Amino acid sequence: MAQMTMIQAITDALRTELKNDENVLVFGEDVGQNGGVFRATEGLQEEFGEERVFDTPLAESGIIGMSVGLSTQGFRAVPEIQFFGFVYEAMDAVSGQAARMRYRSGGRWHAPITIRSPFGGGVHTPELHADSLEGLMAQQPGLKVVIPSNPHDAKGLLISAIRDNDPVIFLEHMKLYRSFREEVPEEEYTEEIGKAKVKREGKDITLIAYGAMVHSALKAAEELEKEDIDAEVIDLRTVSPIDIETIVESVKKTNRAVVVQEAQRQAGIAASVVSEIQERAILHLEAPVLRVAAPDTVYPFSQAEEVWLPNYEDIVEKAKQSINF
Amino acid sequence: MSFKSPLEGIDEKFEMIQILNEDGEMVNEDAMPDLSDDDLVELMRRMVYTRVLDQRSIALNRQGRLGFYAPTAGQEASQLGSHFALEKEDFLLPAYRDVPQLIWHGLPLYQAFLFSRGHFHGNQMPEDLNAVSPQIIIGAQITQAAGVALGLKRRGKKNVAITYTGDGGASQGDFYEGMNFAGAYQAPAIFVVQNNQFAISVPVEKQSAAKTIAQKAAAVGVPGYLVDGMDVLAVYQVTKEARERAINGEGPTLIETMTYRYGPHTMAGDDPTRYRTDDMDDEWEKKDPLVRFRKYLEGKDLWSEDKENEVIEKAKEEIKAAIKKADGQDKQKVTDLISIMHDKLPYNLEEQMEEYKEKESK
Ligand SMILES: Cc1ncc(C[n+]2csc(CCOP(=O)(O)OP(=O)(O)O)c2C)c(N)n1
Ligand SMILES: [Mg+2]
Repeated sequence: MAQMTMIQAITDALRTELKNDENVLVFGEDVGQNGGVFRATEGLQEEFGEERVFDTPLAESGIIGMSVGLSTQGFRAVPEIQFFGFVYEAMDAVSGQAARMRYRSGGRWHAPITIRSPFGGGVHTPELHADSLEGLMAQQPGLKVVIPSNPHDAKGLLISAIRDNDPVIFLEHMKLYRSFREEVPEEEYTEEIGKAKVKREGKDITLIAYGAMVHSALKAAEELEKEDIDAEVIDLRTVSPIDIETIVESVKKTNRAVVVQEAQRQAGIAASVVSEIQERAILHLEAPVLRVAAPDTVYPFSQAEEVWLPNYEDIVEKAKQSINF
Repeated sequence: MSFKSPLEGIDEKFEMIQILNEDGEMVNEDAMPDLSDDDLVELMRRMVYTRVLDQRSIALNRQGRLGFYAPTAGQEASQLGSHFALEKEDFLLPAYRDVPQLIWHGLPLYQAFLFSRGHFHGNQMPEDLNAVSPQIIIGAQITQAAGVALGLKRRGKKNVAITYTGDGGASQGDFYEGMNFAGAYQAPAIFVVQNNQFAISVPVEKQSAAKTIAQKAAAVGVPGYLVDGMDVLAVYQVTKEARERAINGEGPTLIETMTYRYGPHTMAGDDPTRYRTDDMDDEWEKKDPLVRFRKYLEGKDLWSEDKENEVIEKAKEEIKAAIKKADGQDKQKVTDLISIMHDKLPYNLEEQMEEYKEKESK
C-alpha cells in the first residue's frame, strides 16, 4: 500500500495498463514530454517511450477520430481531452463515431477507447475549463461514463475502463486531484464499472452523489447527524449505466432520497436517478425525491462560482425539507 | 517511373519576409511601409507600454490579484504590428493571448483586468468596439471570422475581420474550415497565426509535416505569407497589404508570424523548463522586437531613453488606476449571470432567479 493522491493513482493505473498490455496507447495534447497539464502522465513517456505515450497535434476531433481508427488495428487508445469542455470539438468523433462503432458494424469492429478528462468546477479556470458535461455523455447510448470520487476508486475504475471493450468516458474532478491522499494498493486491482458504493450507512434518508459532491454529501451527513438525522450516502461512481439496484435497496430502507449533482439542474444525471427511483419504489417513498444541483446557466465566470456551485449546506437543507415533508 | 512531387520547391515559396534585421538594420528598403515619424514612434510606444503591462500583469497574478493571464512578452511586434494596420471599424476576433490588440482597439484596461479576474464585465465589449471577447477554445474564432467577413462584405462595408490563433491552433479543423470558407466567398478576412514555436509544451515541428503554416493557405487557394514576427515593420506591412486586398474584393490572407513567448504559457502552473532550453530562450531574445525597433528609431533620432522612461511611467500609472477601477467593480453575482442567459427567461431560470436573489441577500 502507498499513500496516493487521485492524480497519482491515475498515473499508477495508466502505468499498470501500459505494462500489462502492449496495445495500450496513451496520447493527447501535452501528454508526452510535459506529462500532461495536470501531470497525470508524468514520467510515462520516459518509461514507455514515444511510441506508446505521445503528444498529438492540437485537435480534439483528430485525437478521438484517430482513437477510433486505432481500434481497428487492435490498439486500446487512452486519449486525454485536456479539459472536458473541449470535448465539444470532438462530439462527432465521440458520440457519432466511437459510441456507435460496434453497433454500426454489426460487431465487426468495436472501440475499446478510454477518454480521460479533467472536469468539474471550483478551481477558478477560464471559460469552458470547468464544465460538468457527464449528462451530455450519459445521453449517448454506447458510452459508459465513470466518475471516481477518491484515489482508490480512481485506480481500480481506470484499469477496468481501459480493459473494457467499449468506449468509456472517464471524468476526473479537478478539485479532487490533489485534495487528499489515501491508501492505494500498489498491485493491480479493478473496481467494477456500473457499481455504486455505499459510503456511509444510515436509516433516515439516502443522499446520492458522485465526483466531488460525494464529499459534500458526506459532510452534509455529519451535519445532519448533529440533528439526529441518520443519512446514508451513496457514491454512484458510474453515472451511465446507473447502479439502480443499490439505490433502490437503500431507498426502500430510508424511504427518502436527495440526489446531488454539481452540474446544472436541467436534464441531468440526477433527473434520471429520480425517475428510476419513482418508477421502482414509489410505494416506499415518504417524500418526493429532491435534487441539489447548480442553476441552469452556462458555467459561471470564475468570480461567481463559489455561490453557483452546490455545497453541503444545500444538501442539508434539502435533506431537512425531505424529512419535514 | 515516379512523378515529381508537388511539394518540390514549396519551401522557397514561403521564405520569411523581413524589413528590419535583428540589429535594427533596414534590409528591405523597397518594402518599407509608408508610415510617418509619428506613426513609428506610436508603434514603439505601444510595444513598450504592452511590455510593461505584461510585466505588471505577471506580478499582479503572482500576488493573487489578477487570475487568468497568458503572457505576451516577445510577441509585441506580431500583435501590435498587425493591429496597427487596421482601422477602428475593423472587426477583431482575438484569442486568449491577444488582449493587447483588444486594448489598442479600444477595450478599457480595467475591463481587460476584469476579464482576467473572471468577471463577465471583462467580456462585455463596449458598444463602439467591433470585437468579440478573447476566445478560449482554440480555433473557434477562425470560422467565426469568415462569417464576420462575409457579413461585412454583404453589408458593403470597407472593413476587414481579423483573427488570431497560434501555431497549435493551425492544427484544428476550424482553421482550415475558416480559411476555406473565407476563400470560397472571397470574404475580407485576415487570419494571423502567431507561431511562437510552442503550443503549451508541444513544439511546432510536432504539429504537422508542413514546414510552414503559411503554406497551408495554398491548399484552399488563399495567399499565405511567412513574416518575421519580431519585426514590427514587416508584420505591419504584410497586414496592411492583406487589408488592402481584402477591402478591394480580393479575398482573405493568411499571415504566419514567427515569434516567441518569453514567459510561461499561462500563469496557471506551466513550467517552460520542462520543454524548452535556455539556449533556445537566449537565441530568441536576441531577436527581441523592442530592442530591434528601438535601435532603428534611435538611429533616426526618433527615440531616447527619456522617452522610453516616460512611456513606462505613464503605463504604470494607468495600470494602477485601472486596477483600482477593477477593484471597485461590484462582485460578480449569479443573478447577473442568470439575467444574461436568454432574451426572455424560461420558467426554471425565473424560479432560480428568485432563489439566488435570496441566497445573495444573506
Ligand atoms: C479546443 C481547445 N483545446 C485545447 C485547449 C487548451 N490549450 C489552451 S492553449 C493551448 C495551446 C495553444 O497553442 P497555440 O495555438 O500555439 O497558441 P499559444 O498559446 O502558443 O499562443 C492548448 C492546448 C483549448 N483552450 N481549446
Ligand atoms: Mg504557440
